[in-house]
Amino acid sequence: MKEKEIIKADHKAILDMVEANSSVLDLGCGDGDLLELLTMKKNVRGQGIEIDEQAIYRCVAKGLSVLHGDIDTGLSEYKDKAFDYIILNQSFQQLKHVETVLFDALRVGKKVIVGFPNFAYFRARLRLFFRGRVPVTASLPYTWYETPNLHFLSTLDFLDYCRQKSIKVERKVYLSGQNRIWILQNFFANTGIFLISK
Amino acid sequence: MTKTGVGIVETKYFTFANQQEGFILESKEKLVSVTLAYETYGALNKEKSNAILILHALSGDAHAAGFHKGEEKPGWWDNMIGPGRAFDTEKYFVICSNVLSGCRGSTGPSSINPKTNKPYALDFPVISIGDMVVAQKTLIDSFGIDKLLTVVGGSMGGMQVLSWLIKYPERIRSAIPIATALRHSPQQIAFDEVGRQAIMADPDWHSGNYYEGNPPDKGLAVARMIGHITYMSDISMTEKFGRQKKNNIQPFKFTADFEVEGYLHYRGDNFVKRFDANSYLYITKAMDNFDASAAKPFHEVLSEKSLKALVIAFKSDWLYPAYQSKEIVKACKYAGLQASYCEVDSTYGHDAFLLETEEETHLISHFLKSILQKRGKT
Repeated sequence: MKEKEIIKADHKAILDMVEANSSVLDLGCGDGDLLELLTMKKNVRGQGIEIDEQAIYRCVAKGLSVLHGDIDTGLSEYKDKAFDYIILNQSFQQLKHVETVLFDALRVGKKVIVGFPNFAYFRARLRLFFRGRVPVTASLPYTWYETPNLHFLSTLDFLDYCRQKSIKVERKVYLSGQNRIWILQNFFANTGIFLISK
Repeated sequence: MTKTGVGIVETKYFTFANQQEGFILESKEKLVSVTLAYETYGALNKEKSNAILILHALSGDAHAAGFHKGEEKPGWWDNMIGPGRAFDTEKYFVICSNVLSGCRGSTGPSSINPKTNKPYALDFPVISIGDMVVAQKTLIDSFGIDKLLTVVGGSMGGMQVLSWLIKYPERIRSAIPIATALRHSPQQIAFDEVGRQAIMADPDWHSGNYYEGNPPDKGLAVARMIGHITYMSDISMTEKFGRQKKNNIQPFKFTADFEVEGYLHYRGDNFVKRFDANSYLYITKAMDNFDASAAKPFHEVLSEKSLKALVIAFKSDWLYPAYQSKEIVKACKYAGLQASYCEVDSTYGHDAFLLETEEETHLISHFLKSILQKRGKT
């Protein structure tokens, strides 16, 4: 990776959440950009799980350890607290069994980082309200017939859920594109990233 | 990427286990004067840190790459070994040896028993995958290599990789088991048994004492034919042969007139020219008896946390289905070992590990690079 390359805002946020020299499991690591970044900048002991075969080849080309498999069933074989961090970035809303995976992640990881598109982002609201169409935004770029997303939630929905399930929310980062959002986050942010623990 | 391989190579021989000490097998039996046939490609560096051990499958041998003088066929994994290839001989020192109980230069049932000055035949002791690995380790010792960069192999070669992890985890930096299993399923044992029965049903077998007469070629050829069916897939057979018939006239009702029949005959007939029937019995039995989690659960074996593993399986492989490779992955996960796993989308069946060299090259070359880099860091 080139030093000058712009780091995506969500990756930057996660980079700030992860302590140096820790161990990280990235669920749905895709091409491994985040894991590579964490390895280089934070010297983490990284492991990825990814379902797409071509993405596996790209991860391996980056020197990463990655397992070809489904993250919906991929956690049960790990010991308790096997990793310092479990990352579910942009794969969270695509899980079939969100609750099972989230609680397994909280078992296997000391901390869990969850990142997902905010369905209550104002552009999504406008599109739904004024145009009567399902939102297609920068963070929700798919049309209804091709979206891999199975769950649509807002950042407030997620925080409500954590409260109900007694999940501790340690840090919250709200983003719109490359910018951090500090006010009316559930309205102005199209992405939320949360550091949680049990 | 250069296309030239390692060129002309020669098989060498390493003999150990003298009269006093011998070579003690897992069965507690003793072999005296054990020879391993081996080949090497590339050069061992000064630190002796760039050595890779390649482990062959059931019918393989030490001749993994390059050409023997005057021969047209290269070694069995030639497209993987050489300058610019997955096992880049400009960077790595590659070793491949014929397994103990084999018939391609290493000591096996067709070798001369020093006690009788006749071929061992069935007096040859039962050999395990672990015995093969202990013998290989002796060879590695003779090079003065303390730690292998990796051990790699497909099918039975993969079992030897697992056995290296069990026996000598401190002697390897990484492991690459391909299209293999922690243990044979009943289905795999069943196919092996049919192969063995074919050999033993051949009247020329004579309870293994055929070295002075005709060898049981018919039986061994049938065993090989069964093997080849299990190495292919429904799709690959359809693509390769269809229901195509050969053109020649039928002299007999049950002539092998389909292309696929001809292919199996050809494979069987060729195999008997280079393979010993008794070796086939001993080696398949060693595979069936192998169980990587016999002594303790395999994840407990993986206690050397600095080890890295690359596990490869193939989608259409029904002889060593991907679920068996996933069991190895599961153990890596439980043990907290850094591992990569890829289930390559191939239609070649079990043979894919010899044929899907493009994907294997990508995975293995990058994996090896990461092992070297890690070494530089620490």
